[in-house]
Amino acid sequence: MKSFAFAQADTPETAVAEGVAAGRFIAGGTNLIDLMKLQVETPAKLVDISRLDLSDIEESEDGGLLIGALVPNSDLAADPRVRERYPVLSRALLAGASGQLRNKATTGGNLLQRTRCYYFYDVDARCNKRVPGSGCDGREGFNRILAVLGTSEACIATHPSDMAVAMRALDAVVVTLGHDGDRRRIPLSDFYRLPGDTPHLETVLRPGELITHVALPAPPAGRSTYRKVRDRASYAFALVSVAATVAIEDGRISAAQLAFGGLGSQPWRDPAVEAALVGHAPGDAAFNAAADALLAEAKGFGHNDFKIPLARRTLIAVLRELTETEA
Amino acid sequence: MSEDTNTLTMDKPVEQSLLDTSVQELIGKPLDRIDGPAKVAGRATYAAEYGFDNLAYGFLVRAPFGFGDVDGLDTEAALALPDVIDVVSDVETFLRNSQQGGETKAPTQGVSRVDYFGQPLALVVAESYEAARDAAAAVRVRHSAGVGEWDFDGRLDEATTPPPSQIKPKTEQGDVEQGLTDAAFTIDATYATPSQNSAAMELHGSIATWDAEGKLTLYGALQMPASDRLQLADALGLKADQVRIVAKYVGGGFGSKLGIAPESVAAAVASKKLGRPVKVVMTRHQVFEATVRRSNTRQRVRLGADANGRLTTVSHENHVSNLPDEDYFEPVGVSTHFLYPGENRRVTHEQVVMNWTLAGSMRAPGEAVGMFAIEGAMDELAEQIGIDPVELRLRNEPEQDPEKKVPYSSRHLSQCLREGAERFGWSERSATPATRREGEWFVGMGVATATRTNMLQKSSARITLTPSGTALVETDMTDIGTGTYTILAQIAGELLGLPLDKVEVRLGDTDAPPGAGSGGSWGAGSSGTSVYLAAEQLRTQLAKAMDCDAEELTLKDGQAIARNHSRPLSELVGTGMSAVGTVRPGKAEKQSNQASYGAHFCEVRVNATTGEVRVSRWLSTVAAGRILNEKTARSQVIGGVTFGIGAALTEELVHDPRDGRIVNNDLAEYHVPVNADIPPLEVVFLPERDHWANPLHAKGLGELGISGAGAAVAAAIYNACGVRVRDFPITLDKLLPGLPPV
Amino acid sequence: MHFQINGQHHEADPDIRTTLLDLLREHLGLTGSKKGCDHGQCGACTVLVNGRRINSCLALAVMHQDDEITTIEGLGTPDELHPLQAAFVRHDGYQCGYCTPGQICSAKGMMDEVEKGWPSYVTAELDETGELTRDEVSERMSGNICRCAAYPNIVDAIQEVWEARA
Repeated sequence: MKSFAFAQADTPETAVAEGVAAGRFIAGGTNLIDLMKLQVETPAKLVDISRLDLSDIEESEDGGLLIGALVPNSDLAADPRVRERYPVLSRALLAGASGQLRNKATTGGNLLQRTRCYYFYDVDARCNKRVPGSGCDGREGFNRILAVLGTSEACIATHPSDMAVAMRALDAVVVTLGHDGDRRRIPLSDFYRLPGDTPHLETVLRPGELITHVALPAPPAGRSTYRKVRDRASYAFALVSVAATVAIEDGRISAAQLAFGGLGSQPWRDPAVEAALVGHAPGDAAFNAAADALLAEAKGFGHNDFKIPLARRTLIAVLRELTETEA
Repeated sequence: MSEDTNTLTMDKPVEQSLLDTSVQELIGKPLDRIDGPAKVAGRATYAAEYGFDNLAYGFLVRAPFGFGDVDGLDTEAALALPDVIDVVSDVETFLRNSQQGGETKAPTQGVSRVDYFGQPLALVVAESYEAARDAAAAVRVRHSAGVGEWDFDGRLDEATTPPPSQIKPKTEQGDVEQGLTDAAFTIDATYATPSQNSAAMELHGSIATWDAEGKLTLYGALQMPASDRLQLADALGLKADQVRIVAKYVGGGFGSKLGIAPESVAAAVASKKLGRPVKVVMTRHQVFEATVRRSNTRQRVRLGADANGRLTTVSHENHVSNLPDEDYFEPVGVSTHFLYPGENRRVTHEQVVMNWTLAGSMRAPGEAVGMFAIEGAMDELAEQIGIDPVELRLRNEPEQDPEKKVPYSSRHLSQCLREGAERFGWSERSATPATRREGEWFVGMGVATATRTNMLQKSSARITLTPSGTALVETDMTDIGTGTYTILAQIAGELLGLPLDKVEVRLGDTDAPPGAGSGGSWGAGSSGTSVYLAAEQLRTQLAKAMDCDAEELTLKDGQAIARNHSRPLSELVGTGMSAVGTVRPGKAEKQSNQASYGAHFCEVRVNATTGEVRVSRWLSTVAAGRILNEKTARSQVIGGVTFGIGAALTEELVHDPRDGRIVNNDLAEYHVPVNADIPPLEVVFLPERDHWANPLHAKGLGELGISGAGAAVAAAIYNACGVRVRDFPITLDKLLPGLPPV
Repeated sequence: MHFQINGQHHEADPDIRTTLLDLLREHLGLTGSKKGCDHGQCGACTVLVNGRRINSCLALAVMHQDDEITTIEGLGTPDELHPLQAAFVRHDGYQCGYCTPGQICSAKGMMDEVEKGWPSYVTAELDETGELTRDEVSERMSGNICRCAAYPNIVDAIQEVWEARA
């Protein structure tokens, strides 16, 4: 870990002012400290935002929730309103990491989790995300956990978050405060960048811009689930995960919101998947069409080829589960 | 104070054990560990936890390339950082590799040549851990990288026969090819297991201090202080008595701490140079990269059986790997030699030289991986013949060691199989795979034999009876979680008639008599026997003080009783009474085949959609001689079983084919089992005594649990879903192609 | 910097980069909290901060000066064990003992989470919590790796304490 200047922020405004010049915000720190120890991250300055008053979950006028950026993952998962109205989010949070990590990791920080790519983590490997232009050792290397969707020549890393997958399915909006005092509302669909030639630029956040809240719109109708497939029963990152809410009216799928983890360079959502479902009768024809849509552009790199059939199978199983008639 | 010695060389069976006639009633009971309160209260002191004034912190610098030469280190940037004291690099003395267990010489030294990615090259020493870690990253290694050997599969043809180490590399008996030709049933299958890491929870670490006379004390995370001391002395050019090792608590080892690791010598060299104590704790990444791995294996198994399912031919041909100039080879076929009958036999080991981290011992070297293949092949053979896999094993119970033609010292494998099958409900298993399904889950059962060679090592211990009537047991033996503190106290207390709270056990200090060390499941038998012998000698001394023969003496609750006459020990011992017991292996191990046996029964659930595997039920039946402490013994077995489950399902060190680096060098991606992976594990001990093993009549069981466990998982997976995977671990991607369409 | 640990006030002058774990182990002599990975991947460093279990290896000491920190040393002593500590001894919920303080601190924090009605990944109905079945204990304790693999015994120990206090 390189040494750093340290500042504690009392208000979001001072945080932003402190953070704008080469600063990194730290709250839970569960990923940032991990990466700083390995010098994958070497911020010159840390701005401690953990004492800001951003730990509440409030009802919003549109029937949704406004979640403070510092709400720990545990608290968010356990919040009665989240459990009742957004069970897919509770389930996704509880699928992530461990009890200890969820107690510390925050809502805002979780959105900014960085990839678990082995070569990103090893400073003696080439990684365009860590050192732009240095190359990618993952593509030709051991890529079992890496992405099959949204990859580029420069980077095939996956986004590791479970929470963000559910947030993506729920049309969450990231609320920020910029150093110029600007507040922005950034739909999660616009929040992450595809890697392209610049995999080190992962989000559209500007220097010093602080996530203050995440807004959830009113909960979607229908049934929902979060299914995570991984190498151990617990405490492992997703190989494939599916966050899904599906509603049925008059024997047809009336609404569907699906997002995927473990597959993409970002928490993955594809309108074509939902288009293949909505308006159709639930059944394997529609489910296969949805899987076809999801995986049309999927590209494996050898060790991770299995994710493509695994995603198809998992998606179909999830859709069957959510559309089977209640006993 | 008088000190007598009592030495036993195990040349023949010891028919009578004092443990059968003593009356303190400590042996065999499920007693709590005597070191338990210290451990649960956070007061047990592990290597890196001794406090020193003026302590400096060292952090190892890693070779950022997989093979070649170091041209130099640029240290200016590192030295310029605040609180940095020095960059210590003694290129001749620093360890290139860790050492194997029990060796008395220094491991391979010299770090100007790099044989594997991550090899430690230098030590940055600073006033704080944080400064040392940062500065280590600032050291630039100038190097000339070459192309190493990183393609194991592509080098099988270049394998060579290693020199004998734990076993002979090659043995042959009868005519294997003819045997297979003549057999009614044959199996020819190739199995593969990957490199693995012990991943003990305590990181390898050392604190080195030197006294004014030039004596080194090293607080180390080490399993075998007596030989580690010799290794360290040799590496540093010291005499053995100039080195003291302290390892009172060791946070797991599983083989990885049998020999010294690079941080020990680096700490000692730096401490000497700087004239102050230096602490070096390896990071988890460094432990993965620069200590020791279990070799990967490629195993071809061929079995031939007659029409009755009786084996005629057993062939086990293995390829393993290690670094250049390292002789150790994973003894994959160690149990193949004696487990099943058959007049035609071949067991071979070929070494593929690789530029991968040192290969060495990890829990049950040989059996842990070899039994995947042998027991897997037995499962395949049973299916081919059309008989139950338990029955196949029962039909193949040899009357004596099929190669050495010596008797088994004790062997209750058939009983383990029968009793286990009965208790587990084995008769509920469907012989046809993929026939039991509950919702999305296939359910299946598997069985495998467990066996692990029993070994005895030279071991000494001193017992002192104090004037207050308590006993002090001292040996440099370690307790790495095995329960040594407790069982040694039980043995001493049992034989001297003292309750446990009157026995103090001091371990892990080379100032005490040299013990066997913890490894190879020999700890209880060897170290326990040394304590037994010391106690036996003390009983003689006490009898003398009581003016009776030792056979007439009864010791209980601190009282000596003989000829209707009772006196407290405190009155008998005078100023103190002391004895040293020493046991040595002898002819008994040649005249008999000694091994522990068991049977594993496993139920798994395989998700038909995703291929996820969950172990849902488990039973191990175990016959391992006298069980000294039913509680710690059971823990040893379930720990071993869990290792086996991990090896079957998740554990794999991945070597990058381009530079040999261990890609998944942390606990996030090297997947050891977590709590949710492990169901309740039932263990049943069958009564057994082994007179050939030692006077305790006990055999080892620390490694029995892992031996065969993974094969039971694999068999259960096959039974559940009909997919036979021979390339471990059985991750879901290997099952997916064989699962039914969704 | 100033800290409140196990009910006692401590002063220390660590590097700004010092983690809470290294503060405890290297500066305050509280070595009960263990370092097994230093990256939040094993749980050996688990301590309670304001009653919540966290990985102290992924916490900067400087950020916890105003918190109430409880370590294994604060739960009980060898002579006066906390019920969880005693249950771990009875059930052999350990072997080498290295992960044990983290397991016990984690169990303490975990039981408080269950009392608050927090669900887990294996809770069937998110609004029906509170039962501490084997599966619940195993899932909730999966952030604490035990390589000696005392897992079934750890579950037994925790369930016994849970049932005794209910």
